[in-house]
This record gives sequence, C-alpha cells and structure tokens, in this order.
Amino acid sequence: MGVTPDTALLDDLIKRRLDELLPQKLEELREKKTPSMTIIATKGTLDWAYPPFILSSTAAALGWNVSVFFTFYGLNLLKKDISDLKISPLGNPGMPMKMPFGPDWFKGINWNIPNAVQGVVPGFESLATVLMKQTIKNKGVAGIAELRQLCIEAGVNLIGCQMTVDLFGFTHSDFIPEVKEYCGAATFLPMARDADVSLFI
Amino acid sequence: MQVTVAVLDAKGLNCPLPILKARKALQGVAPGGLLEIYATDPGSVKDFEAFCRSTGNELVASTQDGNVFKFVIKRGN
Repeated sequence: MGVTPDTALLDDLIKRRLDELLPQKLEELREKKTPSMTIIATKGTLDWAYPPFILSSTAAALGWNVSVFFTFYGLNLLKKDISDLKISPLGNPGMPMKMPFGPDWFKGINWNIPNAVQGVVPGFESLATVLMKQTIKNKGVAGIAELRQLCIEAGVNLIGCQMTVDLFGFTHSDFIPEVKEYCGAATFLPMARDADVSLFI
Repeated sequence: MQVTVAVLDAKGLNCPLPILKARKALQGVAPGGLLEIYATDPGSVKDFEAFCRSTGNELVASTQDGNVFKFVIKRGN
C-alpha cells in the first residue's frame, strides 16, 4: 500500500502543472462568465428607492444579469403609481435641509429644524418631499419612475415578495405587469448564492 | 472610409443617466462605429472608463472643455 515513488513523482508533476495552468484557466472562466447581482430592496421611501434602481440599471448597462427582490416596504417601489413616494426628514439627522431655489447664499443654508417641530407641523413630510423632488430635478438626477423604466428596458428581473403582498393586503394587480414573479426566501436565496454581488438595501 | 458618428448629449444629467443613455445609444451603433458623448457629470470620467472596460467597448477619447466632458466610444463586437 501507500504511494509508490512513481506515483509520487506523477502527483508532484501534476501539482506543479496545475499551479501553472490554473490561474490562467480561472481567469478565462471568470472572463467568460456573465456577472450577476441580486438585491433585496426593503425600503419604500423616495430616498431609499434610489440605490436599488441606480445599481440595478447600471449593472444591467454593464451587461450583468440582475434580479431585485422587493420585500416589505420595498414592495411600494413596484406599485403602478410611484409618484406618491415620500421622504421623511423625521428621525433622519443625516438629511440636509436645503432650499432648492433662491440665490446661492440662501440655497447654502442648512435648516436645522428639530424633530419635535417636524413631528407636529402638519404636512412637513409633504413639504420636504416637494423640496427634495425639486432638488432632484435641478441636479439632473433621474426620477424614480424613469429609473425604474430604464431597469425594465435593460431587462432587470423584478421580483415581488409574496409574503409581503399577503401581509399588507395587496393584490398583484396593484403592481406593474413587468413583475414576472412573486415568491419567497427559498426562491431568492439560491439566486443570491450564484450571484457575484448580493446586496441588502 | 467614412465613419458615421452617433452623438449623445448627456449634459445636465447625473449618475447613472449618462451611462444608461450611452448603453442605449450604443445599441444603435454598428460594431466598430463611434459614439460621441457630451456630459457635465464629473463622475462620468471614471464611470465611462469602467463602463468600456467591462462591456468590451473602447474608450477612444476622453477630453474636457470647460465643464463639458467629451467621450468617444468605439463599439466592440
């Protein structure tokens, strides 16, 4: 039993050849493979609608296969009408509160409005949303509906979480027809396993 | 040989719109054909480099005139 000297020699030879050839082969395989990305989109506000749509449309433009799984509040982003997405400065101290109009010195002011005030002023969220939408327009940043359309055109696979649909009492007809699939974690995870990039947003 | 140059005006647009519009415009360009892009987003300089690297297209030129960036992309196969 055991390894005869001949086999040992052969093993050594194979090992050395593999070391030489493998990196190149792996690189070839990597080059040939179409990159893929899966995203879990969990948020349904105007600001958080951006990362999944920006990343998936861009990845699709780079030729990647992209699937986005919309769950919980993220499901809002698949509704037929997404013009009512809102942004909330409440409890969001990282959000600059700047005016999108007026002279430069005025636009530069960061309005430090305490949460306590934001919380009791009626319509504060709507006002913040209007101002944010104006800023988005001024800066040439795409609207969410436009970005979503670009995702669809580029072949991004939009997936709805069936559990959330049931939980929040939605029906499939509330969502755009481009949502091809409604499924759960068991369908998403194997997709994520095969993806090169997988993000939770 | 006369090479037709398609032109894309992406001035005033911000990330990722110039890239997305360029991808669309490139679909209408024959392999080997050129696409000229004008943009004002400073991030697009790096982005177009990366875009071309990963899509098999060639970034033939990347120049700046004032605050306008000009890119010329040669479509790969």
